[in-house]
Amino acid sequence: MEDEKIIICRCEDQTLSDIRKKINYGITSIEEIKRLTRCGMGPCQGRTCRDLLIKEIAAATGQSIEDVGMTTFRPPVKPIKLKSMLGVDDDEKEC
Amino acid sequence: MKSLRKTELAVIGGGPAGLSSAITAMRQGAEVTLIDRDPVLGGQLIKQTHMFFGSKDQFASIRGIDIPSELIKALEEGPGKVKVELGTTVIGYYDDGVILMEKDNRATTLLPQRIIVATGAAEKMLPFPGNDLPGVYGAGAVQTLMNVYGIKPGKRVLMVGAGNIGLIVSYQLLQAGVEVVAIIEAAPHIGGYLVHASKVRRAGVPIYTSCSIKEAFGRESVEGAVICRLDENWQPLPGTEKTLELDVICLAVGLSPLTELLWQAGCKHKYVPELGGYVPVRNEKMQTSIPYIYVAGDAAGVEEASSAMIEGKLAGLFAAASLGYDHDLESLAATYRKELEELRSGEAGSKIRQGLAKLIGGVSVAS
Repeated sequence: MEDEKIIICRCEDQTLSDIRKKINYGITSIEEIKRLTRCGMGPCQGRTCRDLLIKEIAAATGQSIEDVGMTTFRPPVKPIKLKSMLGVDDDEKEC
Repeated sequence: MKSLRKTELAVIGGGPAGLSSAITAMRQGAEVTLIDRDPVLGGQLIKQTHMFFGSKDQFASIRGIDIPSELIKALEEGPGKVKVELGTTVIGYYDDGVILMEKDNRATTLLPQRIIVATGAAEKMLPFPGNDLPGVYGAGAVQTLMNVYGIKPGKRVLMVGAGNIGLIVSYQLLQAGVEVVAIIEAAPHIGGYLVHASKVRRAGVPIYTSCSIKEAFGRESVEGAVICRLDENWQPLPGTEKTLELDVICLAVGLSPLTELLWQAGCKHKYVPELGGYVPVRNEKMQTSIPYIYVAGDAAGVEEASSAMIEGKLAGLFAAASLGYDHDLESLAATYRKELEELRSGEAGSKIRQGLAKLIGGVSVAS
């Protein structure tokens, strides 16, 4: 299958086939697909896959891009080490 | 407990838009903090080895790589002082207006009275079989590899996309001694400027329009690609497949505005394909739906470095004015708006004009 060779989310290794299986199963909400596949939850936080995923859902369901909606954005926008958060406004030596 | 660090204006992003914002706001009298994730200022200008167009005010006939030093000089000249935080990424925005920054594995906070988001854009990806093979790059990434780090991406390249980025990076690949096998473009015509297209054509690189990539193949990394012609409905025409041997595929298929922080802040967005996808809704003052947050450059809609610099000036001007530094506001605003209007006039600017009409309802720039 060609779809298995098309990567949608590089960070979480999700193919077009993985996404289409979810859609064929009736799961067409972008938030649900995100939670089930982790699309957009990896190191790049969706910069690569978000557009592709939204377009795929729109094409499969006949919705407009805006009707598909958008996932929720939360801090941090890039992966950080836990120790950087522990050090907020704290001059004590690093753990 | 230490008290929260404050600033009048935080400019996030030190590319053409952010630098221009910071300079303008500083000259108006605002106290500015300019934050960039990279160790040097300039954003993507630091790899633009080609000359710019436009008028003298936007550094026409100067190479992109030479523009940051001009802007940094202006930044340091004053009269005010801009606090520059390099190697620092803004990773979060919180409801109380606090931004969270990370530098050297250490998080710090800052409470600005106004924010200008000038975070630029990210390269778009294309879905095709083999699209994650090593050797598939964004064209901008290849430009960074070559022009910033002096590394050739490979020996034989297929460029996907004949917009300005695809054309310019193709030429720079040739300059680096890399063979460009072909430039393919899904649209029926070349998207970039004719002057860039002519240069690569004269060097013998074919540009195929109505043509797309069908697949990339290779065991460990890219060894070749299959391209095919598209019909008038952008569908592959069976029997037109052509196999090319190459080791690099460059994707120059557009940019998406980097707007994570604006979404986090709750700014309204609108989907405008002409501007790169979802863009923050903003007015003529470059002010978003959250009054103390402004936006400029590619983050406000993908365009060019020249227009990013003027948008930066406008954002800096109005953000400073809202803090009470409104010296010469009307005449400066009129000058900058006129510069933008000139830059966006003519055939090349028609897509941007359409996009902006959708975004801000075609509000007259004179208003």
